[in-house]
Amino acid sequence: MRERHSVFEHIDWWLVIIFLLLVVMGWLNIYAAVYDENHGSIVDMHVKYGKQMAWILAGLFLGLIVLLIDGKFFSQFAYLIYIFCILLLIAVIFTGKEISGSKSWFQFAGIALQPGEFAKMGTALALAKFLSKNETDIRKRKELFVAICLILFPSVLIFLEHDTGSAIVFFSFIFVLYRAGLSEKLVIGFVLVPLLAVLSLLINKFIILGFLFIIALFFFLYSKRKIRNIILISLVYLGSAGFVFSVDYAVNHILEPHQRVRVNVLIGKEIDLKGAGYNVNQSLIAIGSGGAWGKGFLKGTQTKYNFVPEQSTDFIFCTVGEEWGFAGSFVVVGLFIALLIRIILVAERQRSRFSRFYGYGVASIIFFHFMINIGMTLSLIPVIGIPLPFFSYGGSSLWAFTLLLFIFIRQDSYRYELL
Amino acid sequence: MERVYANRKFIVIGLFLVIGLAYVIRLFFIQIVADKYVLSANNNVLRYITQYPARGLVYDRYGKLLVYNEAAYDLMVIPKQVKNVDTAELCRLLEIEKKDFVERVEKARNYSPYRPSIFESQITRENYGYLEEKMFRFPGFFVQPRTLRKYTYPIAAHTFGYIGEAGPEVIEINPYYKSGDYIGISGVEKSYEEQLRGKKGMKIRVVDVLNRDKGSFQGGKYDTIAYTGTDLYSSLDADLQAYGEQLMAGKKGSIVAIEPSTGEILCIITSPSYDPNLLVGRIRRTNYTKLLEDSIMVPLFNRALMASYPPGSTFKVVDALVGQQVGVLTPETRYFCPGGFPLGNGKKVACHSHFSPLDLRQSIQHSCNTYYCRVFKSIIDKRPFTSTRAGYEIWRNLVMSLGFGHKFGIDIPGELNGNIPSSNYYDRYHGKNRWTSMAIISLGIGQGEIGITPLQMANLAALISNRGFYYTPHIIKAIGKKDNLNKEFLVKHVCGIDPQYFPIVVEAMHDVMEAGGTGFASRVDGIEICGKTGTAQNPHGKNHSIFISFAPKDNPRIAVAVVVENAGFGATYAAPIATLMIEKYINREVKRKDVEQSMISGNLLNKGKVIDQ
Ligand SMILES: [Zn+2]
Repeated sequence: MRERHSVFEHIDWWLVIIFLLLVVMGWLNIYAAVYDENHGSIVDMHVKYGKQMAWILAGLFLGLIVLLIDGKFFSQFAYLIYIFCILLLIAVIFTGKEISGSKSWFQFAGIALQPGEFAKMGTALALAKFLSKNETDIRKRKELFVAICLILFPSVLIFLEHDTGSAIVFFSFIFVLYRAGLSEKLVIGFVLVPLLAVLSLLINKFIILGFLFIIALFFFLYSKRKIRNIILISLVYLGSAGFVFSVDYAVNHILEPHQRVRVNVLIGKEIDLKGAGYNVNQSLIAIGSGGAWGKGFLKGTQTKYNFVPEQSTDFIFCTVGEEWGFAGSFVVVGLFIALLIRIILVAERQRSRFSRFYGYGVASIIFFHFMINIGMTLSLIPVIGIPLPFFSYGGSSLWAFTLLLFIFIRQDSYRYELL
Repeated sequence: MERVYANRKFIVIGLFLVIGLAYVIRLFFIQIVADKYVLSANNNVLRYITQYPARGLVYDRYGKLLVYNEAAYDLMVIPKQVKNVDTAELCRLLEIEKKDFVERVEKARNYSPYRPSIFESQITRENYGYLEEKMFRFPGFFVQPRTLRKYTYPIAAHTFGYIGEAGPEVIEINPYYKSGDYIGISGVEKSYEEQLRGKKGMKIRVVDVLNRDKGSFQGGKYDTIAYTGTDLYSSLDADLQAYGEQLMAGKKGSIVAIEPSTGEILCIITSPSYDPNLLVGRIRRTNYTKLLEDSIMVPLFNRALMASYPPGSTFKVVDALVGQQVGVLTPETRYFCPGGFPLGNGKKVACHSHFSPLDLRQSIQHSCNTYYCRVFKSIIDKRPFTSTRAGYEIWRNLVMSLGFGHKFGIDIPGELNGNIPSSNYYDRYHGKNRWTSMAIISLGIGQGEIGITPLQMANLAALISNRGFYYTPHIIKAIGKKDNLNKEFLVKHVCGIDPQYFPIVVEAMHDVMEAGGTGFASRVDGIEICGKTGTAQNPHGKNHSIFISFAPKDNPRIAVAVVVENAGFGATYAAPIATLMIEKYINREVKRKDVEQSMISGNLLNKGKVIDQ
């Protein structure tokens, strides 16, 4: 009794309130997106908002259970949970059900679950566990290598299930490594590489090679002309050149045609309003037509009449933009940023390194989902199908994010018990 | 140890804020600054559906329905919804090739994959019957009702005219018309377009992404209803029109009949003609091209209004009136006829044999050329007119007051002026003031440059029967309601000849139909007909047969002009046809079956052509 009492006394209510607000707003928008005058009941299990309601209630129950579990549990079983997730990911490759192109679903008892969603949580736990060891120094290559392997292993498995969006999310753990002390040069490289990739698609490859050569020459002239530096600069230059060519090759020969079109539409090489650009354009129309105050709850036409694709899952933000306008969109973006900053601040007050790194992992995953999902609806990022945390329709995603967040809330409330 | 890196939280939080701010700015631009998304959104969900009103009907003077509407159907296609269509069956029903099908769907897709385009227009009700049973096999296709013009009788094609899709030149200047709308292109359909078309309505519907109807926009607040077109009551006598077309079969020419007391056109026949049902719907384009390319029959040419003929001897009644008005002619004026009027250079205007001298009344009855050359010369050369030119202008003005040389403003498009040459014309031709009455003497007997349309001839007959006035000839006597008369047509036009000069001409025209007159063979028992024959010389072939007439002599009910091209003397074709028309109109039945039969069977179509060669 004493323990339970302390749990509710010390949980961070800010996180809980923002979480509840997002879930409720998400549900209202799902309701609006699939609203039909002919279906009155909000608990009708044949329609999405009815199901989502059930998942929200089950999710809250899961969250409550997490809060009641012993504080040491997640730290102690972090690797076990990680391995369990990996096993599920391997199993799903062989036995999973294919839903809209991705073979990443388990189906039992009429519910489809995506282990990939839970693997993010498992990886966040395992990475935090690894980095929290006293002897771990991420600046050492060997340990950086181990950390990267922990991250990439589930990512590659998910990629093999053709769920590219979820696989990309694992790159968000760079923030955790950064906080753990990863060299800034490597982080900057991590940012520059995608930039070079985009440029290599937009501009003639040989012009890029020319520019890179000038930059290499610049480094050469201003560095100490040691053999080691010359070799290093030459290797980096050759590596970059190889990268430029391999990006081009990958896009034109490895990507599926529809993915290639999406990439080209996004970087502005193709304008195709009837094909791949259609979704993005319709998404912009829905959000843009909302104006300052929106069309009002259930009054959206673009989302209700299916002009926006996937309007209850990946494009749920369109309903927000159309029915609640700039005001509502601002509130949603603001809530996400508030949630993320709150998670970082709470993480920073942790005495346990495990809890802190786990907190950074939670923030990283939510941030990537937020950035990619809303950026996609605003046509700032390619169409990558990943859900908006707490908002999008879907049980796996909602439960996974709820668990992810509530484990962190549990860890935070546990900090007083560590005295 | 990692406390050293605690400051890195500011970098991470900073990055979150930068992304959040970037998204808010982006939202601000698309939601508040740009307005194109609102337009695109409306474009996505709102469908403006035109409600086409039924076009007004046209009735004849006795209330017979002449022009009406029949349901027709446009087959529409929404390319995005086209799935598992039984293509072979659809092609068979529409009688099109498989490649046409593919082409049309592709064309529609290029317009919009989500919106309806016309796949096949104006399918008749019979064909739609076959189609309707099988529509479920053609997903993505649906039918939109339209109307087709239909004609109860295959008559008066030129008068009714036809409708067709409004072209880009119309749409550009008149915002009422949109692509796909119909508009009257000729005839009454054109001149009464605004009354007949009614008013289109508009329904605004909300549709989903598959173009499925989701109800009306804001409860129909912005919808407008369609108003049916106004019906027209024509002055046409459908039976008389049909009878006249039957009489004119196998001939080129025209019959125009007018009710003198009102100016109402009783019939207006142009031959050769065509069945107005040919220029309706899908078949219009091909049939129109066929009619247009027929350079021998020229069936699209509306002779009644547009063909200009020299009036020949029928014009003598005009000179008789003008001569009296000017004061150079009295009923007692007699001229000796030596078989022609000498032109001075050894030539003469020939006359046929008759007793001589003739007075005014006899001169019309026997149609003496010499008499009217002298009358014409005395008008032009009358002093104190200061010159030939002044005399000619007096004559011309009086002639034009009888309805010649200008348009009436009739309510059928295409009317021509005809031609009463101006003094300037003769100045140009002969040199200024270097022409005398002798140079233009043929005008006196209705030959030379003079050109009169059949409508103008009929109007002359009406004017004489009224003893000096006429009403603008018109085909539509009421719009909408039977007593709603067009005010323009109630204006009485009084000519420049005083009423006192008419009785002698009327009596003379009556004599024409009596023993010894040129129209005697065509007289009708029990009806006092007044008439005048004419034979117009035709440089291209055999003379045109012309006749103007009215009946009864007192309280006239009908004035008729007939022109039969290349038919010879006025008495041979034009006079019998005109009197058959009068008999038909007044007695409602024709007793002279032999005359009727010989007129109907007379085929003169090769006469002009042979001589042309
Ligand atoms: Zn004579």
